[in-house]
Amino acid sequence: MATAPSVRLERPRRSPTPRALRAALTSSLAIYILRRLVWAVAMLVVVSALTFLIFYLFPSADPAALRAGRQATPELIAQIRRALGLDRPVYEQFYLYMKNLFLHFDLGYSYQNNISVRSEIFSRLPATISLTVGAVVVWLAIGIPVGVISAVRPRSRLDRVVMGAALVGISAPVYWLGLVALFLFASDIGKVPLFGGAGSYVPLTQDPAGWFSSLVLPWFVLATAFAAFYARMVRGNLIDVLGEDYIRTARSKGLTERRVILRHGLRAALTPVLTIAGLDIGILLGGAVLTETVFNIPGVGRFAYDSIVNSDLPSIQGTVLFGAAFIIIANLIVDIGYALLDPRVRY
Amino acid sequence: MAPLLEIRDLHVSFRTRDGVVRAVDGVSTSLGRGETLGVVGESGSGKSVTALTVMGLTRLPNAFVGGQIVFDGTDLLELSNEALQHVRGRRIAMIFQDPLSSLHPLYKVGWQIEEAILAHEDVSRRAARRRAIDALAAVELPNPRDLVDSYPHQLSGGMRQRAMIAMALVLNPDVLIADEPTTALDVTVQAQILELIRGLQKEFGTAVVLITHDLGVIAETADEVAVMYAGRVVEQGPLETILEAPEHPYTWGLLQSIPRLDTPRRERLRPIQGTPPSLIHAPSGCHFHPRCPYAMPMCRTIDPELLESDEGHVVACHLPVDEKRRIWRELRPREADAA
Repeated sequence: MATAPSVRLERPRRSPTPRALRAALTSSLAIYILRRLVWAVAMLVVVSALTFLIFYLFPSADPAALRAGRQATPELIAQIRRALGLDRPVYEQFYLYMKNLFLHFDLGYSYQNNISVRSEIFSRLPATISLTVGAVVVWLAIGIPVGVISAVRPRSRLDRVVMGAALVGISAPVYWLGLVALFLFASDIGKVPLFGGAGSYVPLTQDPAGWFSSLVLPWFVLATAFAAFYARMVRGNLIDVLGEDYIRTARSKGLTERRVILRHGLRAALTPVLTIAGLDIGILLGGAVLTETVFNIPGVGRFAYDSIVNSDLPSIQGTVLFGAAFIIIANLIVDIGYALLDPRVRY
Repeated sequence: MAPLLEIRDLHVSFRTRDGVVRAVDGVSTSLGRGETLGVVGESGSGKSVTALTVMGLTRLPNAFVGGQIVFDGTDLLELSNEALQHVRGRRIAMIFQDPLSSLHPLYKVGWQIEEAILAHEDVSRRAARRRAIDALAAVELPNPRDLVDSYPHQLSGGMRQRAMIAMALVLNPDVLIADEPTTALDVTVQAQILELIRGLQKEFGTAVVLITHDLGVIAETADEVAVMYAGRVVEQGPLETILEAPEHPYTWGLLQSIPRLDTPRRERLRPIQGTPPSLIHAPSGCHFHPRCPYAMPMCRTIDPELLESDEGHVVACHLPVDEKRRIWRELRPREADAA
């Protein structure tokens, strides 16, 4: 429509985006990230101080006695206590721990078996990542479509059935669901032996098929509650968004209903969902304790569980710090990512 | 010549928890090619629902729609959703009251205009983008080549409404429905937007339905005026007739309740007494009778038909014509004196 554009208007113009991006990176965004990182370090110090305090203030088994074994003499226990540094005041232990952490990224050694906590966590990380990433894929692949279908026909029979099932999914405890899954489908004890059972985890690099088979049940068990929660969240957000004026505009343009719902509705409804997904991933990377314990997956969560059982302070500290770091990093990534998802957000 | 858009006895009701809301209760009106029809009435008079029904946007599970909407020889109510999509945006376009909430906040303005083009025409993205820029230039926005890459929140209210108009007119539709297009804008911007709509209408020969509660806006823009009350058209006629010789008590009330700079200071505004009726339990007979100072016993029981009182002037009122002209002569001198 309108007048023909002049020749000058037709000239192709180079996009200013890279320069703008560089400018942004060197200014507000960079400062923002830096500030957040400083806070992250402070937060981690506070978290480990709290872990120390809780460990010493609340009754737990004496780590030295546990280490010494069944028939330990008091002299042996005292000797172990000295060797582990447990005879020193708490603040001194904390100071030493922090010093090693900051200077050498050293998380200390297990009271239980003298293994380096850092290398123990890193060696277990692939299992936890495998579990988390697979579960995320499963729950997003189920939760988003189910939420959309429900939102398009709210209060229909399908919506009611699906949302009822989602409520059950949210309410079912992971450990119970895990045991039921093992009982039904595990290759060793299952009624219908389809997938690997508890303790069948093998690393991906060793045996991809075995890795996959061993993780199918944990993926679905861990994803169930999340899928249900996400379906409800997507449904709620999408119903709200579909009532917005700009959806009416999209329809009045003559777009197909499919495009209205997916391109206009879902796009807006997913922004908060992806934000929460980022946080959930961060939390799970710190260790999915229950799932890893039920399925005996040698991940960070299982390690956390074992260290608590053994009153193994350095291991507890290590897993707590690791989990906290993942959550903080996930938070930061989500907040930065939000600006990419929603152009109205600026730092 | 047959009108471009003719609405015959349109009924739209919605089933709600509180009962059936008869939002549109027998609307008949028509619009000629290139003409401007002003639709005026209080909130809840059924103006917007009528417009949305023309666009097929009231096809909801809880809605019942009856009557006919004949557009260029086709009854839009008979069309499938898919067939209607080809009419929406391409042949009948609509702009809304609040231009901020009516544009998608997460997509660039240009992208949203391109999308409208690509939905109806098989052109390249490049070509669509060029036309989006032209459309933004046509609505007199500065730097259209930068604006295509802006997000709605980066624009002012007036600019956003201009962008909405650009989006609505980019496919050169036969009809533009403007639902309170200036209500959310500053007064100075309102005049600019009305002028813009008028200019573009002249340039492209678009017929315009201008929905508003503001008779001042109607007086400036419309050729033809339909006055709506409680889901019905109670009076329709050429602009001059409606302003100079209205024959419905509700129209009289509307005209008297406009504040004017030239009325004497001591003169008080005369609001219409009472409140708009519930659309769930509408009054019997003439819907306006509970608020009408001239109501007669028959108004309570018999629903007045929309009858021609003059060439092109229709009114739904039981008062005898002579009586109506007499009353208006009495009401009117006040304004004549002031003027």
